[in-house]
Amino acid sequence: MDQFVLNLIFVGITFAIYIGIAFWARAGTTSEFYAAGQGVHPVLNGMATGADWMSAASFISMAGIIALSPAGGYTQSAFLMGWTGGYVLLALLLAPYLRKFGKFTVPEFIGDRFYSGGARLLAVVCLIIISITYVIGQMRGVGVTFSRFLEVSTDMGLYIGAAIVFVYAVFGGMKGITYTQVAQYVVLIIAYTVPAIFISLNLTGDLLPQIGLVGSYAPSGGDISLLAKLDQVVTELGFTAYTADTSNRLNMFLFTMSLMIGTAGLPHVIIRFFTVPKVADARSSAGWALVFIALLYTVAPAVGSMARLNLTTTMWPAALTATATSGDAISRADIDSKPELSWIRTWENTGLLAMEDKNGDGLIQYYNDKAPADSPIMKMAAEKGWKGNELTKIDNDIMVLANPEIAALPGWVIALVAAGALAAALSTAAGLLLAISSAISHDLIKGSIKPDITEKGELTAARVSMTFAIVVATWLGLNPPGFAAQVVALAFGLAAATIFPALMMGIFWKRINKQGAIAGMLVGLVFTAVYIFVYKGWFFIPGTNNLPDTAANYVFGISPLSIGAVGALLNFVVAYLVSSVTAEPPQHVQDLVESIRIPKGAGSASAH
Amino acid sequence: MVEKASSDAYWKANVRIILISLVIWFLCSFGMGIIWRPALMGISVGGADLGFWMAQNGSIYVFIILIFVYTKMMNKLDRDHGVEE
Repeated sequence: MDQFVLNLIFVGITFAIYIGIAFWARAGTTSEFYAAGQGVHPVLNGMATGADWMSAASFISMAGIIALSPAGGYTQSAFLMGWTGGYVLLALLLAPYLRKFGKFTVPEFIGDRFYSGGARLLAVVCLIIISITYVIGQMRGVGVTFSRFLEVSTDMGLYIGAAIVFVYAVFGGMKGITYTQVAQYVVLIIAYTVPAIFISLNLTGDLLPQIGLVGSYAPSGGDISLLAKLDQVVTELGFTAYTADTSNRLNMFLFTMSLMIGTAGLPHVIIRFFTVPKVADARSSAGWALVFIALLYTVAPAVGSMARLNLTTTMWPAALTATATSGDAISRADIDSKPELSWIRTWENTGLLAMEDKNGDGLIQYYNDKAPADSPIMKMAAEKGWKGNELTKIDNDIMVLANPEIAALPGWVIALVAAGALAAALSTAAGLLLAISSAISHDLIKGSIKPDITEKGELTAARVSMTFAIVVATWLGLNPPGFAAQVVALAFGLAAATIFPALMMGIFWKRINKQGAIAGMLVGLVFTAVYIFVYKGWFFIPGTNNLPDTAANYVFGISPLSIGAVGALLNFVVAYLVSSVTAEPPQHVQDLVESIRIPKGAGSASAH
Repeated sequence: MVEKASSDAYWKANVRIILISLVIWFLCSFGMGIIWRPALMGISVGGADLGFWMAQNGSIYVFIILIFVYTKMMNKLDRDHGVEE
């Protein structure tokens, strides 16, 4: 069957399922709209949290970032540890207490705990900046996946995706989103692991990719491990070894910490724990969420290392059994004629992959032309008259999207990956849109503009704000700011430096007061944003950066991506100092803290 | 309403469990995966060194076990102090 028809069938069936679930799980009350009526089983909630959390970045980009990292795959372990370790912080420090608090939104907790409308407003602003920057990437992911697999324009793909999200998010609210996400999780995890299992069997003979990662390399008879083989071929071509140690341990430490604290402070993740029936369920649900997330995250490094090895042996066929340069590089004529290499032509058409035969010898030499001049590969290049690396562009996203094609897997696996990438992007977009709409309708409209709004009125307001958020997200997806990649750093940095410390101290330190919390959040916000702007440009406007965005200019080598952890530390220190010299919080707030520390009497969440 | 003394003891025990869990959380990720990777270079896990494996796979398994053990201990603590739902 034609690949296009297969893709259409797979994507069509999954979309029909999502719409069907949305119709079944319509929200009738604000409690159902914001928190699925607190009736979601912890295992199902864990699955939904997994889909909510694993975005287009996790599904499409992460393995490629690890695989193609110029500093080696090990340095990118920060993503693997950071994006999973945050769940430990959530389970231990936030989820059970916020569930006991029993309200619907993160700004609502901050407003009540710090008895201040200003603190609540500050939290709303942080939440909206964080969630909007995040949603842009999801909408782009939907558009790119559609355009590649369903032969429509990126813009058209975006409209279709937005329409689907509109149907199930606006009508279903948290209830519809949660049950749809359960289905999306199943689709995305099958789509991610099936190609990985095939490839692991091919390269290592191990069924489980996690075992394959530390297994032996089968094509050479199994006398060398997969990772040793990979290190050998990439270093031969002048690249940094895949398992090479980091050159900046402090930065890797802080980057991992920023991602962990940022994860625990992301509002759309936190609100997931408002949906379970009991405090004990909030704890175990975080564990289940991590189980479902780990199914993808422990496979990702295997996908990354195996895809890099497959790519290298495709470019240098001799590398399969001997050294790469013991034979010729792949020839342009082979790429244009051999059916098993047709994927290269397909991806060249999308612009994500580009080759240029610079020295006109009919072969495509892939090597690191920035390697030191006295390295063996550069000497060989000079000797043979190579004019630089001829695989001129290879986008990170290809490592997952083209993986089934590189490994010559059947057409239905390719269709599955298309459906999985869409599931990952749509489920995260829906979760983010819900966080934005509840902040607008519950925290802004009910919380400050019109407190006497009826339940029915608030539900309508929530749906209108959701529609508004979808329109804004679609517009931003169509006209992405050129800085989409950088703003993600801002999202994690802000979540780490503002929301996480305020929530944690609000629970664990009774003495923290309004002044301390607001001062801490402001210092965290300003410090983190300024450090990022100094290197990335003020408000990301190109050319307005004060210092070049290179490691040599960073303070102690700390990159703007890693600064959130420092911002969080400053938030803690400032909040402590300011709270210590100002009046202690009123008695009813201290009683509130006492009450959220004890599971008994949580009941269902209320609007008041 | 739970007695003040009992609720203080409950909270103290809770914080202790959290602190122990966080020490393990730190050691298996930041410790073995980043800070002490060079020192652990000699220990191999399949085709990788221990630090590399902890950073890419091992720490994630520890995180999962940690959350479930914590949940179990907290549920028991809730029952012992009569504060469960």
